[in-house]
Amino acid sequence: MQSQATYNYKVVRQFAVMTVIWGIVGMLVGVIIAAQLIWPELNVVEWLSYGRLRPLHTNAVIFAFGGCALFASSYYAAQRTCHTPLFAPGLAAFTFWGWQLVILLAAITLPLGFTQGKEYAELEWPIDILITLVWVSYAIVFFGTIMKRRTPHIYVANWFFGAFILTVAILHLVNSAAIPVSFWPMKSYSAYAGVQDAMVQWWYGHNAVGFFLTAGFLGIMYYFVPKQAGRPIYSYRLSVVHFWALIFTYMWAGPHHLHYTALPDWTQSVGMLFSLILLAPSWGGMINGIMTLSGAWHKLRDDPILKFLITSLSFYGMSTFEGPMMSIKTVNALSHYTDWTIGHVHSGALGWVAMVSIGAIYYMIPRLFGKSEMFSVKLINTHFWIATIGVVLYIASMWISGVMQGLMWRSTNVDGTLTYSFVESVKSTYPFYMIRLLGGTLFLVGMLLMAYNVFKTIAGGKAVDAPVLVPAAAHA
Amino acid sequence: MSDFVSGFWNIYITVLVLISVVGCGVFLWIQDKAKNAPGETMGHVWDETLEEYSNPMPNWWRWMFYITVVFALCYLAVYPGLGSYSGQFGWSSRGQYDKEIADANAKFDPIFDAYKNQDLIKVAADPKAREMGRSMFLTYCAQCHGSDAKGAKGFPNLTDNDWLWGGEPEQIKVTILGGRVGVMPPYGGNPDAVGGPAGAKELANYVRSLSGLPNDAILSAKGKERFAVVCVACHGPDGKGVQAMGAPNLTDKIWLFSSKEDAIVEIITKGRTLTMPSHKDFLGEAKVHLLAAYVYGLGGGVKPAPATPVAAEQPAAAPTAAPAEKK
Repeated sequence: MQSQATYNYKVVRQFAVMTVIWGIVGMLVGVIIAAQLIWPELNVVEWLSYGRLRPLHTNAVIFAFGGCALFASSYYAAQRTCHTPLFAPGLAAFTFWGWQLVILLAAITLPLGFTQGKEYAELEWPIDILITLVWVSYAIVFFGTIMKRRTPHIYVANWFFGAFILTVAILHLVNSAAIPVSFWPMKSYSAYAGVQDAMVQWWYGHNAVGFFLTAGFLGIMYYFVPKQAGRPIYSYRLSVVHFWALIFTYMWAGPHHLHYTALPDWTQSVGMLFSLILLAPSWGGMINGIMTLSGAWHKLRDDPILKFLITSLSFYGMSTFEGPMMSIKTVNALSHYTDWTIGHVHSGALGWVAMVSIGAIYYMIPRLFGKSEMFSVKLINTHFWIATIGVVLYIASMWISGVMQGLMWRSTNVDGTLTYSFVESVKSTYPFYMIRLLGGTLFLVGMLLMAYNVFKTIAGGKAVDAPVLVPAAAHA
Repeated sequence: MSDFVSGFWNIYITVLVLISVVGCGVFLWIQDKAKNAPGETMGHVWDETLEEYSNPMPNWWRWMFYITVVFALCYLAVYPGLGSYSGQFGWSSRGQYDKEIADANAKFDPIFDAYKNQDLIKVAADPKAREMGRSMFLTYCAQCHGSDAKGAKGFPNLTDNDWLWGGEPEQIKVTILGGRVGVMPPYGGNPDAVGGPAGAKELANYVRSLSGLPNDAILSAKGKERFAVVCVACHGPDGKGVQAMGAPNLTDKIWLFSSKEDAIVEIITKGRTLTMPSHKDFLGEAKVHLLAAYVYGLGGGVKPAPATPVAAEQPAAAPTAAPAEKK
């Protein structure tokens, strides 16, 4: 039986389309800076120099591409699993326009050189205030929807979305605390100093990974994997344990970004230990996702959306194994400051975050525009293989160059002097920079195929808001 | 932000860390005991099809979780982690660093010390010493002076015969050991005598004339008068500089920044302070000795000539200085 009301798909459609657009923009900037590392003469003007574009790349892919994917999928999944339209639709619309404004301001101010100098928190104070307003609105819309749900239990995807929204609010407020100096040019000074500032920054930085890029996208996984596979989640108990363990343990892991620095030894140890404990809770999500497919493995053969989703979980499992290993101090002594870190980040960002988002977008787009499937399923398959080859080239080249750099930097002659100058290690990295550029370009090409496919699907359909369903339990 | 020095924080950290690590294990243990019904769903349905199986957690996964918790507790007993408790072995990163440095010094110092008392010119001719010097140069000096030692804008070329502070072996060693600070004060410290920006422009024309570069003869003539009043104190009456104070030779066609008139005016009006850092405490004298010999041997080193006057030596050692001699 259906009620007359419909789900609020408008805001989902807006965010879903912008996910594709910002994905292309962010990855294009990534390809440009990868090329700049090979050909420094591509740093033509200061506004488009590597130092200005690099934060633009990270902000665009994490907060513009990833953020829009999270807004779209959380709004979609929350409505449908709560069997009610979004709470406060006006605020939901504000989150869309507000978030786009944040992205636009980032795209203007970062090339101009305005920055707080904090990685992944570069945006200056006026934009930080706007982010806060948008985020509080997001929380009201999301939790309001959960509050008025028509099911007795809250679906597991919403636990992860909820933890992500709450924690990101806290992270943003604490780390971006600053004393404003001027509005134009935008300038502020951090509320913290010295090693405390570094610790707050990496508490933020690592939890941005843990909550924005992990918990949030696990929320996506918990809705779209069982939906696309048509199978129940493998284990409710595993969901409970890995959820609470994950959100608790991540909070402690930040110090592993500051091994062998002025940070006290005890803090480094504790950071490393919780990073190791984090392995099991992280893998809980991978197991629950991949095992959901057990009994339906054949679907992987001809369903490219499922391929995206399951491959993303494989990359997720790989990078959440790699992360704890890299947090071990002796391993970190080799890997830190090398391209290995860049490879690790991209196995998470491209392999996990981007691929699970792409899968979710391919799932939603036809449903949001009144179609039964994408314009070309074959093209999704092509996208999948191009993207997978791109990721593998990217991370494999960065692994090799990272380990090579680490070994070159620590290599000494019989008299104790260094065998290689820094420049020699840079020179040896060039072939890997080329492979990385190729990998990144392939991934970008995949996104362009997606944009074409999405455009054709939308052009052939029309915006449709699905009717709100009555919960199944009501039938009983 | 003030530092956390009160003893309370020690207890706070210790208790919180222990509770959190043990808590992870206890939480898993409690959840482990909960009843599951493998193969059956939990009985909840969302969005038509979303359900959950009541399967238990995988065994290998549970054990992996337990092992990391136990490992953490063992590690905390052995290494620092629980507040100010320094662990069973008293390990610290500072201690490890000090020990590694001490071990390295004990092992490598004799290799460097072997050259310490040798004459620098002799060291510069020793292939093994040159190789060691090269490794150190690429580690410590190349950032400013370049991998080929040919310098960069604002950083002197070490392969030519133009020396700000002297190119004799011992002079090079003193420069590396103690560092140097070269100061050109704005307007040479006397803006009135220079005559403001207009006077600086006249001076710039005169300075260009010293190197035979195109210049405005009228401005240059005025500049020459001002030079004799202000600049002469450091750069000398003929503009050839004074190495004792690091004042550059303005007649040798070698420009640390630029020979453009605007650039010269900028230096005159705004001044310049250039620093070569001291390496005495950082590298120690034995290593600096090898570095000095290496730099001396790069090609521009000036042979000390105690018997003959320096002026007689120069044309032979420095052919490019010849045009400057004409002025």
